Amino acid sequence: MTDIYLDNNATTKVDPLAINAMMPFFSEQYGNPSSIHKFADGVAKAIKTARKQVQDLIGAEHDSEIIFTSCGTESDSTAILSALKAQPNRKEIITTAVEHPAILNLCEYLEKDGYTIHRMPVDKVGRLNLEAYKNMLSDQVAIVSVMWANNETGNIFPVEQMAEMAHEAGIMFHTDAVQAVGKIAMNLKQTKIDMLSLSGHKLHAPKGIGVLYLRRGTRYRPLLRGGHQERGRRAGTENTASIVALGKACELAQEHIEYENTQVKALRDRLERGIIEQVPHSFITGDINNRLPNTTDIAFEYIEGEAILMLLNKAGIAASSGSACTSGSLEPSHVMRAMDIPYTAAHGTIRFSFSRFNKMSEVDEVLKVMPQIAATLRKLSPYWDSLTNEPVADPEKAFAPTYA
Amino acid sequence: MIFGEGIEQTIIEDLKMWDYSEKVKDHFFNPKNAGAVENANAIGEVGSISCGDALRLTLRVNDDSEIIEEAGFQTFGCGSAIASSSVLTEIIKGMTVDEALTVSNQDIAAELDGLPPEKMHCSVMGREALQAAIANFRGEVWKDDHEEGALICKCFAIDEPMIEEMIWANKLGTVEDVTNFTKAGGGCAACHEDIEGILERVLKERGESFDPSAEATVKVTEEPKKAPLTNLQRIKRIEMVLEALRPQLMADGGDVELVEVEGNTVYVNMTGACSGCQMAAMTIAGIQQRLMEEMGEFLKVVPASQMATAGA
Repeated sequence: MTDIYLDNNATTKVDPLAINAMMPFFSEQYGNPSSIHKFADGVAKAIKTARKQVQDLIGAEHDSEIIFTSCGTESDSTAILSALKAQPNRKEIITTAVEHPAILNLCEYLEKDGYTIHRMPVDKVGRLNLEAYKNMLSDQVAIVSVMWANNETGNIFPVEQMAEMAHEAGIMFHTDAVQAVGKIAMNLKQTKIDMLSLSGHKLHAPKGIGVLYLRRGTRYRPLLRGGHQERGRRAGTENTASIVALGKACELAQEHIEYENTQVKALRDRLERGIIEQVPHSFITGDINNRLPNTTDIAFEYIEGEAILMLLNKAGIAASSGSACTSGSLEPSHVMRAMDIPYTAAHGTIRFSFSRFNKMSEVDEVLKVMPQIAATLRKLSPYWDSLTNEPVADPEKAFAPTYA
Repeated sequence: MIFGEGIEQTIIEDLKMWDYSEKVKDHFFNPKNAGAVENANAIGEVGSISCGDALRLTLRVNDDSEIIEEAGFQTFGCGSAIASSSVLTEIIKGMTVDEALTVSNQDIAAELDGLPPEKMHCSVMGREALQAAIANFRGEVWKDDHEEGALICKCFAIDEPMIEEMIWANKLGTVEDVTNFTKAGGGCAACHEDIEGILERVLKERGESFDPSAEATVKVTEEPKKAPLTNLQRIKRIEMVLEALRPQLMADGGDVELVEVEGNTVYVNMTGACSGCQMAAMTIAGIQQRLMEEMGEFLKVVPASQMATAGA
């Protein structure tokens, strides 16, 4: 049996065409694009092409708005620290409680330095309250940073509308779009988004390459200073091979965006419908009407995520979990906590995330094993009554361990 | 499985699973004594649903001999929580309750050929369930003095409440103090920022301020339990630890041999399936982790092939 990879929100397979595109830049095309001689010429041109390909995918107005970085995290840090540095009188940041750690941990760190962080809560399906958001906007706020789509649930936030609102209040707007780029269509020139982060390895380019989109005219302070690369806005010799591969990957993502929203979505829809039908006491988390087409996050009640993953893995299926135990921390994922998913379910959430490389036969394979996996673990669970094959009556009271 | 399966396997394997020994996996995939024992006369329920693991241990103890005749577990938790519960029931069956009370969480972990530092709390949960069940058998109420929090030092598996408690109890003021009292931060040093953060917070509560450049304020007054090892004793102990790991490696067609110890660098030869296999680095990291736990000091394990260059 071949292995089934359903963890594409963690990372994706590099498209073979992107690999082909990048290979020459490890061998004959090894010049430094900054040099004057002919070794540099082809490399500089290839980077220009890649910049254009990224620009086209995200709908940026100018290719100079594309700054190549090393990853999504670098883009996020650059954006937020730039906004603070460029506006030293503004000491507040607005973000959400469900951001990626690349944003949340940076904010927590800035909090220690005296900045005020507003973390917008979400409701039970992970939606923001825009009325409350509006009231937070003030001239004290340096930047709003809201993810375009959530990595766990796939929930899409109304960033275009929120950027408009921030713009009207004279506040910079950044979005961490690493999960959204390539999966949903976007046209940045028609928005008020000032900065956007994307990451190559989430859209079939290699790891170690990212982009910060910086709208022309947005006040900016570089994170890395040094040489004149990226017009002095991100010093450091270009990762030429990966930039070329990212360009190619963006072109391919553009070509497949409809496929993603029809065929890939069909895989996701069939999987989650099948699971909900066949596995009792399971439910989809997040906003099912407003999600990425490739993501589903399913909570299996009364069992734990890592144990589910281990059994899935044994069956050759790769997915991921918001369970505490897979991350080494004790709390379940902050996203599940923010949505107030009960602990008996939050620990048992499994995220299946698809890509255009998945097939319908793989969905069938998962549907074959998933009901049995849930049943096996429930047999071990103190919250489950093996005789009735139902949860014990009033689970939280029937089993109340000694310490909390 | 850990040492040398194909690359396809490594791509989809969750990294955390690689840290599990074969025994952990075996007890997880084929748990022993799952389910509740009928007519149990000793029941222990511990854990915390917020932490994602909880265990109910049911025992049938012979009233006259006090021998544990049957043991069963029901666990909500991850792979190592289920494996720890399973192995615990195997260990204690046939023991008297007094004997069972001497089983420590390290015994549970050792029986599983070790647990990753993030997962040691699973073995603690097993021991506590056992204490709770025996208290229940004796008609006592088991009181938990246990508090658990975020893991700070991954080299020595020390969590935040432990560090905080030691800072309060011993009036610690520097990272070095914390390392002296808890071992936390004595390995790779990556957690020093976190330790400083805890110090800053606790010292503030104490009405002092944290000075990162201060000398270690507290001298360790207690003598270490054991006299410092001589060089020979130390090498012998390192050899013993490696010896204990060999069966596991050999089961996968590999082997390890101690070549030299220089300062805190341990040079080893990896042979058989382990030598040159893509998992060799992972294996070495596992050996290093085990050595550090057993020896209680920071050690670096390096393939002997790098001996000349490493010395330069």
